[in-house]
Amino acid sequence: MSIHPTASATGAATAPRTTPPPPPRRIRQARSTRGLIITIALLSILDAIAVFALFMLFLQEEWLLVGIVLAVTVLLNVVYLRPGWLPAKYLAPGLVFLAIFQIFVVVYSGYIAFTNYGDGRNGSKDDAIETILITAQERVPDSPTYRLTVLEQFGEYFFLVTDPEGEVLLGSSDQPLERVTDYGTDSTGKADSVPGFTTLTFNDLLGNQRAITDLAVQVSDDPNDGALRTPDGSSAYLYLSNLEYDAETDTFIDRSGTVYRDGGDGAFVSEGGRELTPGWTINVGFDNFVTAFTTENIRGPLISVTIWTFAFATLSVATTFALGLFLAIVFNKPLMRGKKIYRIIMILPYAFPGFLSGLVWLGLLNEDFGYVNQVIFQGASIPWLTDPWLAKFSVLLVNLWLGFPYMFLICTGALQSIPEELTEAATVDGARPWAVFRLIKFPLLLVSVAPLLISSFAFNFNNFNIIYMLTGGGPRDVTAGVDAGATDILITLVYKVAFGEGTGRDYGLASAFAILIFLIVATVSIISFRQTKALEELN
Amino acid sequence: MTNPFNPADGEQIGARLYPSVSGAAAGTAAPTPSPRVIPATRRKGFLYWARDTGWRHLIGLVMLVFAAFPLLYVLSASLNPSGTLVGSNDLFRTIDFGNYVRLFQLPQQPFAAWFVNTMVIGLVAAAGTVFLGALAAYAFSRMRFTGRRVGLLTLLLVQMFPQLLGVVAIFLLLTGIGEIFPAIGIGTQAGLVLVYLGGALGVNTYLMYGFFNTVPVSIDEAAKIDGASHARIFFTIILRLVAPILAVVGLLSFIASTSEFVIASIVLTDPQTQTLAVGLYQFVSQETSRNWTIFSAGAVLAALPVVALFLYLQKYIIGGLTAGSVK
Repeated sequence: MSIHPTASATGAATAPRTTPPPPPRRIRQARSTRGLIITIALLSILDAIAVFALFMLFLQEEWLLVGIVLAVTVLLNVVYLRPGWLPAKYLAPGLVFLAIFQIFVVVYSGYIAFTNYGDGRNGSKDDAIETILITAQERVPDSPTYRLTVLEQFGEYFFLVTDPEGEVLLGSSDQPLERVTDYGTDSTGKADSVPGFTTLTFNDLLGNQRAITDLAVQVSDDPNDGALRTPDGSSAYLYLSNLEYDAETDTFIDRSGTVYRDGGDGAFVSEGGRELTPGWTINVGFDNFVTAFTTENIRGPLISVTIWTFAFATLSVATTFALGLFLAIVFNKPLMRGKKIYRIIMILPYAFPGFLSGLVWLGLLNEDFGYVNQVIFQGASIPWLTDPWLAKFSVLLVNLWLGFPYMFLICTGALQSIPEELTEAATVDGARPWAVFRLIKFPLLLVSVAPLLISSFAFNFNNFNIIYMLTGGGPRDVTAGVDAGATDILITLVYKVAFGEGTGRDYGLASAFAILIFLIVATVSIISFRQTKALEELN
Repeated sequence: MTNPFNPADGEQIGARLYPSVSGAAAGTAAPTPSPRVIPATRRKGFLYWARDTGWRHLIGLVMLVFAAFPLLYVLSASLNPSGTLVGSNDLFRTIDFGNYVRLFQLPQQPFAAWFVNTMVIGLVAAAGTVFLGALAAYAFSRMRFTGRRVGLLTLLLVQMFPQLLGVVAIFLLLTGIGEIFPAIGIGTQAGLVLVYLGGALGVNTYLMYGFFNTVPVSIDEAAKIDGASHARIFFTIILRLVAPILAVVGLLSFIASTSEFVIASIVLTDPQTQTLAVGLYQFVSQETSRNWTIFSAGAVLAALPVVALFLYLQKYIIGGLTAGSVK
């Protein structure tokens, strides 16, 4: 049995592998009718979904997406309807998912890193202007009452209003009021139905109260003319924004005459620095990276978090490997009784779900009530999770508990696969057991476990669960400009900056951090792949 | 979804690349070079035994305490009626199943729903992963086409970048999708499963690819000559022959997706739709001390299926892999 990685699996696999000869023509038309029916059924479902998506995208005028969806759908149809292209038939389903949720996601992260996407900055400028106008709307005092019926079509609500002069108009949130001629009226002369639309009943109104009271229907194309809104679903009033938008100069002016200008970073700002919300997403170039590396109270934490990430990953691998190897040597004793029981119990921490382990230790290490302080240390209050250095220690300890069984398993395997003859030969030559281990067994063992150590390093580099469940990255560094703490690693920092509570969401900065991790991981894996030459053995 | 760097998967890769290692890791399969057998009947003194084997048991006992204590502690806490963290420090003083009952009666924390959600999401993601992975592995193993080598390399590289790196983009992507298809947008379990399936091609495919290679091509050829179509060969012959690896990959991705937290926590916002990882975290992180024993009961129930699967899986992995690679 050989220790060298390449040996059996890949080797054995390559040996009998020859390109299968092209089958005779006659057999080629083996496509059964049943297969064809299934193919067509699945394809039609896919096409139906695609057509719907295309329709919706078309309405939203997302031309790029229309193109992509169309191209992919056509391609999939060709792949499955055309005879031949066999590999594509088998690869396509997985590739579609891979392309959307893995590759596109990475590319998209890269794009977000160059924007100011985040809380209050998540739409286009036109949307922002519209939202600002709507949220600043106030009911015009003594405005006329429009009698109202709420209609619905394809899940969208429409206002059908009869204005004081008796004219009937229809509009929705996307579509300013327009006159309609074909409508039905009730006994009071109020228009209450239009062909093709569903009239909402009183119960419907109650059920969708929120959506209907939030609805604002513009009176005309110009948002400054105001909009109709309804407080009760039966009458609408004219609402005017107390901010006025001037498209020529691209400014907002409020009633007191304050002017808000496009401040250049995705929001309207007044002279005095007051900002109108929401803003909009703009491309900020390298700003997020510049912020990360130059702003004093972000750069500091970022550097210490990066150092700790490396330290955490390295120390985790080192401690678990050391303990695992030690145990493997201890239990690598033929004929020792009870080995099986030891093994099963020692594997348990590894089998226990990772996220629960963190939470369980959270209770064990609790400063005031935890078992460790109360029972083992007899009521001492040792700040296991709240002191920066002790918290680091605790995280490593818990990760040791979680990870040593794995190392124990692989080291046992590697040790047992080292031929006994080597040890014998060395012993005959007069080597002492320690020398045998240090000079012969250990190097051989490293050859076989090195790739696993590298992937273990890479895993711990992004070991979100253990950190987040145990300390949440804390104790927090109060001087930091981002929510960073003593035990935060890069990936928890990304999560907290993007979705953290209390500090506002900054998707742009978080993505910039994610890109940073991406680059580090890429570098590490390129180097390690070179070292292990794993790629060269690919057949 | 499987995390490429999940050590569990690492072991798989290891097992693939070095069957000798992992086979022995099982301690069962691979024919380990037999040590020179010392006749067991030979009697030695106690001192000899202590020096030779006894100290190993001593270390073993210490490790047993280290490994098993936190788990016993949770079990004890879950049976403790006191309810609080400080009360749980009396191990196994009283045995009471009240916490398990109370666990299912919390109005704000629908544990039963979380449990069902986790199982459903885990099973669907696992089934999808196995299916997509097996299709791709079949293509890579049985067909020769341009881009095959590049494809295999890509699979190895893609797994270096776990999906959680793109968590922000996933959130925004699902929000966008939700505007067109609310059924798979943000806040839906279907959307979450789709995201997990994005990780289906990766280390799992690689694992299956290795196993597919060990099934002789002559079987395919015989079937082809008998007039079977490629789909028929795949679904009725090959899939059956590689069942062990399908089970292994399925179980691995089940475990990975049931304990995934990051993506689940941003996609699933409504407590009724959440998974155990998200729900239990929020439950205990807010009021660690007060909710402790109920949380413990939840943790025991949540861990049971996974631990059981894992212990069962261990043998299965080794059995499946070594059986395949011995040829």
